[in-house]
Amino acid sequence: MKTTLNVPSAAAALVVAGLVLLPLYSQLTGNIFVLTLFTRIVILALAAASLNLIMGYGGMMSFGHAAYLGIGGYAVGILAQEGFGSGFLQFPVALAASALFALVIGALSLRTRGVYFIMITLAFAQMAYYVASGLARYGGDDGLTIYNRSDFAGLINLSDRVQFYYLCLACLLGVVLLIWRIVNSRFGLVVQGLRSNEQRMQAIGFPAKRYKLVCFVIAGTLCGLAGALLANNTDFVSPAVMYWTRSGDLMVMVILGGMGSLFGPVIGAVVYLVLEELLSQVTEYWALIMGPLLLLIVLFGRGGIMGLLGRFSRG
Amino acid sequence: MAEPLLCVKDLVRRFGGITATDRVSLDVAQGELHAIIGPNGAGKTTLISQLTGHLAPDSGSISLAGRDITHLPAWRRSALGLARSFQVTSLLLDFTAADNVALAAQAHDGHSFRFLGDARKERGLRDQALAALQRVGLAERAHVLVSRLSHGEQRELELAVALATRPQLLLLDEPMAGLGVTESARMVTLLRELRKEVTIVLVEHDMEAVFALADRISVLVYGRVIASGAPSEIRQNEEVKRAYLGDQHVVVRHA
Repeated sequence: MKTTLNVPSAAAALVVAGLVLLPLYSQLTGNIFVLTLFTRIVILALAAASLNLIMGYGGMMSFGHAAYLGIGGYAVGILAQEGFGSGFLQFPVALAASALFALVIGALSLRTRGVYFIMITLAFAQMAYYVASGLARYGGDDGLTIYNRSDFAGLINLSDRVQFYYLCLACLLGVVLLIWRIVNSRFGLVVQGLRSNEQRMQAIGFPAKRYKLVCFVIAGTLCGLAGALLANNTDFVSPAVMYWTRSGDLMVMVILGGMGSLFGPVIGAVVYLVLEELLSQVTEYWALIMGPLLLLIVLFGRGGIMGLLGRFSRG
Repeated sequence: MAEPLLCVKDLVRRFGGITATDRVSLDVAQGELHAIIGPNGAGKTTLISQLTGHLAPDSGSISLAGRDITHLPAWRRSALGLARSFQVTSLLLDFTAADNVALAAQAHDGHSFRFLGDARKERGLRDQALAALQRVGLAERAHVLVSRLSHGEQRELELAVALATRPQLLLLDEPMAGLGVTESARMVTLLRELRKEVTIVLVEHDMEAVFALADRISVLVYGRVIASGAPSEIRQNEEVKRAYLGDQHVVVRHA
């Protein structure tokens, strides 16, 4: 076999290099906006990567993943409101609350499959949305302003744009690395086997539900981290981050980039959000252009952008 | 007589008005190859599904090595040493042959809540997988995606996967289904080897193969066992002849 350039890996490396160097560009050109935009992109890429773990590798089409963005965010917001400003408290609580939520709704939702699983995860996320809307003490519908970002005792200053950006990027790359290790581990092979053929996996001795549930909890926890970062980024958290369209956005990022590919969701998030930004500058009906564009990629690029790039390297 | 390895008592399973399994009792002794035959629709696959735990019986009991397994889920039965092959090939198509077998070995090597090490680089599992593949003659095809294997190779892989769980009892649901003449012959040779090591329950349509391999045969008609005995007894049995073997074209091979 002759060695050819692996286009998907090259694209992933390019994107990562771009993300790492972005603050430099921002500083040199004085373009602060691009850094703000990409902080948000990196955080949502982290959320999409966590969704990819269950959706791409585990075959669990969760339509309620944005719930964890809200749970992680509200953990930070509520603690800040009550006077607990330490990130060393806020972040672990955000992760633990997300894990617990994932455990409960996973245990119930994983009794179903297919369309029913999609609907039940959607229903739970909408419940979380309405619960948050009802939290009068924490802003209810209007949301909750966070006056001080998480305090990490001088270790890192989240109010510094560049430091915060690199924190988010480090979290993203750390999570992608973790997912890479997970999918190749014993656990990861079991989860992918279950996606492929659950009956077979049970016949060779795997208790399917347990493995799926643990995978579901890991993905929820990682998305909770994205939620905590997102709340810090916007200095604000509101029920809207949990709305079902946000879950849909995350799904689109994963599918656009390539389900079940490690960097697919990252690329998907970058492309989706940059396009959204550019198109919305041109016209307020940007969704009219975005929609057909997504349709084309889904129709002709099975495996999303990563799948398309893969076909290039095979010639 | 020693206690049978598999003991099925008065098993009943109904689908609406149809009794697919009608008070089936069956003993399979340690070390024997027990064939279950019967015309289409006799309830063979329904029976197998209850033995493996994919279908719950309405009444009756199943025990494996003296332990009641009637209500255990499929994965727990596998842990107790019961392995199966599927009538319609059921493998992980987007995995390689080696991955399929290694996962079966992994399932019986403690729990799989290990999140970091690269499972494909675990020597122990890979060696077991390769040994099982060698056993069925697929060693050279270890790194081929299952979806690219031929039908015959997939049938052999089914067997390798079952073997990798180190079963006490192997339930084979029509392992020759869809195989050509040469492939069938290879499978018979393979089963003849395997039966020396493991107790086998074989559900099969290929009469030539069944009579060549089986120690005992049970005949299932309309969900009921109408006869059970050595191949020579089954051949002589009037009821069986009437219900099944008398049907000339069934006796000749229809592969």
